[in-house]
Amino acid sequence: MLRRMVLAAALVLAFAPARAEDRFITIASTTSTEQSGLFNHLLPLFTQATGIGVRVVAVGTGQALKIGQQGDADALLVHDRAGEDKFVAEGSGFDRRDVMYNDFVMVGPKADPAKITGLKDATLAVSKIAAAKAPFASRGDDSGTHRAELRFWKAAGVDVKAAAGWYRELGQGMGPTLNTAAAMNAYVLADRGTWANFKNRQDLTIVVHGDKALFNPYGSILVDTKKRPADKAADAKIWHNWLTGLKGQAAIESFRINGEQVFFPQARQ
Amino acid sequence: MRGILPLHLDHLGFAAHGRPLLQGINVRLEAGARTIVLGPNGAGKSLLLRLCHGLLAPTEGKVNWGGGDMLAPDVVGRAQAMVFQRPVLLRRSAAANVRHALALAGMPWRSRRDAALDALDRFGLAHLARRPARVLSGGEQQRLALARAWAVRPQVLFLDEPTAALDPAATLAVELAVQEFHQSGTKIIMTTHDLGQARRLADEVLFLSRGRLVEHASAQAFFKHPTSPQARAFLAGELVS
Amino acid sequence: MDLVAAFTTALGLVAGFDAELLGIVRLSLLVSLSAVILAALVGLPLGAALALSRFPGRGAVVVLLNAFMGLPPVVVGLGVYILLSRAGPLGPLGLLFTPGAMILAQAVLVLPIIAALSRQVVADLWDEYGEQLRSLNARPWQVALTLLWDGRFSLVTAVLAGFGRAAAEVGAVMIVGGNIKGVTRTMTTAIALETSKGDLALALGLGLVLIAIIAAINGALFALGSWAKRSAG
Repeated sequence: MLRRMVLAAALVLAFAPARAEDRFITIASTTSTEQSGLFNHLLPLFTQATGIGVRVVAVGTGQALKIGQQGDADALLVHDRAGEDKFVAEGSGFDRRDVMYNDFVMVGPKADPAKITGLKDATLAVSKIAAAKAPFASRGDDSGTHRAELRFWKAAGVDVKAAAGWYRELGQGMGPTLNTAAAMNAYVLADRGTWANFKNRQDLTIVVHGDKALFNPYGSILVDTKKRPADKAADAKIWHNWLTGLKGQAAIESFRINGEQVFFPQARQ
Repeated sequence: MRGILPLHLDHLGFAAHGRPLLQGINVRLEAGARTIVLGPNGAGKSLLLRLCHGLLAPTEGKVNWGGGDMLAPDVVGRAQAMVFQRPVLLRRSAAANVRHALALAGMPWRSRRDAALDALDRFGLAHLARRPARVLSGGEQQRLALARAWAVRPQVLFLDEPTAALDPAATLAVELAVQEFHQSGTKIIMTTHDLGQARRLADEVLFLSRGRLVEHASAQAFFKHPTSPQARAFLAGELVS
Repeated sequence: MDLVAAFTTALGLVAGFDAELLGIVRLSLLVSLSAVILAALVGLPLGAALALSRFPGRGAVVVLLNAFMGLPPVVVGLGVYILLSRAGPLGPLGLLFTPGAMILAQAVLVLPIIAALSRQVVADLWDEYGEQLRSLNARPWQVALTLLWDGRFSLVTAVLAGFGRAAAEVGAVMIVGGNIKGVTRTMTTAIALETSKGDLALALGLGLVLIAIIAAINGALFALGSWAKRSAG
């Protein structure tokens, strides 16, 4: 009796149609684009214009590239130029295009123990953090942001692998890393979009921004068509063209978080 | 229906962990007579019933049914039923318990309902047919176990201390049920502690002591003139206790 | 961070009948219930078979099954991901990043719980019923069915334990579902996402809604169970 009722309930649920969406592509992208709300802004415009739905799997750039390599997404929107070029060079994808950029910001406690507020040189800022042994929260997840952060330590000549205590590798996405940094009053490198949309700031504030080196370009790449169904590849191409075309670029231009523009269109027409 | 009697126990023995619990049992039990197995605690009475019923495999000797005819194991199995000291009833209604046994016996679905009600009725349980079996009183549960056994029309019914946990009224009901089986032609093989009950029910007695069959006699002969010293002591001991 | 804010948010979410929230709740239930049913269809007979059969290495299988009750969801998710990936053996099915993949992953996660607990239930019942059922000449499959049915009240608890695990886990559905808005976003992945955004009140609010739903389902089954128990003894 009991079993029959549970079964009936489950069958009703199981056979009720899931959300109908016949035509869609899957793109792997970064947590920064998803969590900033950019996709919520772009996708309805694209779907309205083309009738193609877009399913976004938001992960770190490293994992997004891996998903593309496995052929589990149709296109990528990521930010790690070196990784992107390698991805294209090994034949996993093609037609990499600039889409937009945002910038990284160095976030830290208002008390600023490393005295870096207002610096315009991110490399100098990280070397001061290292000198002060001030707590620093690193993504540590092989994401685009993490890869960018590691470039600054390298430029400053700091060996974070040997850093005891103050350098914390979290292995988390941007948001959880910010949550943790807020809880332990640590410095952290974040993308401006995620920061702008982040609500649990507590005592954190932007301490360093505006350095050209903090420039964070995003690229769109199509995944090798041999790895994907043909109709998906064709629709992915439409997305790719739209995003880097006039309409997509205008849509990026018009995106605001609390009135602030965080993504700047960059595609060369 | 093939008759599975007589039952011939041929040098039957059973040992557990190298310790013999029953040995050298040679006996032939015919249809009709009610056989009561008596003996002190630990003599091997329940074990003997389980070996006969096929719940345990003998470590020595054989259990032969059908007087030398070769009978298929499931023919033998289907012709027997057993009622235990503590009835094992399923968590469903009294009627469903009987229907379950009928289903296992291969009765077609359509006939089970009426057959089950008939069996319940025969043991005065018809009004409890829809009650959950597990909430019945001890006596009712044992009668339900008997009704379940009845429903499958066994040629042989084993009963292992069926009234040990029951009050006098329920004991009487079980004894009447046993008579009912007997009158319908079912061979009764039963153990009991209750000598009065043995006297009331027995046609013949198997007396076990320390894993051996010491006496096999008619009830009259056994109770009047037990031949073995163990049986005499047992009867005397039971009478004074 | 404020618990009051979380409760207010939770109430607001429920009272507002937010369409997106309803979709997420519906998907969560669809995925977890389907996974549990799938796991029960395999796990109950498997548990009964393990309880009733004797073969060399059975002890090792039982130990392994019990150990698998603690399978890390992320590991299950990863395994199913590799299986369903385009480059994997089941890639052509195109199940990755769909609710189907999430159902599969959760079913794998829950199967050992249901199988191990039902093995225990059936084994205990066999100790009690074994002689009687053999006396009634029950065949092995009849024994299994009889004991599964007689253990139904305990088994509901096993299945509920499985449901609780499925509904609460985030690691497996995150990996194989991808947390795609409107397609594979469940209660738990939505909570993880809102936590990432630092919107802790919304995350906790969603968590309260999830807890309330799981509690309601458990309560309903408990009520149904005690009613059935009263009528079955």
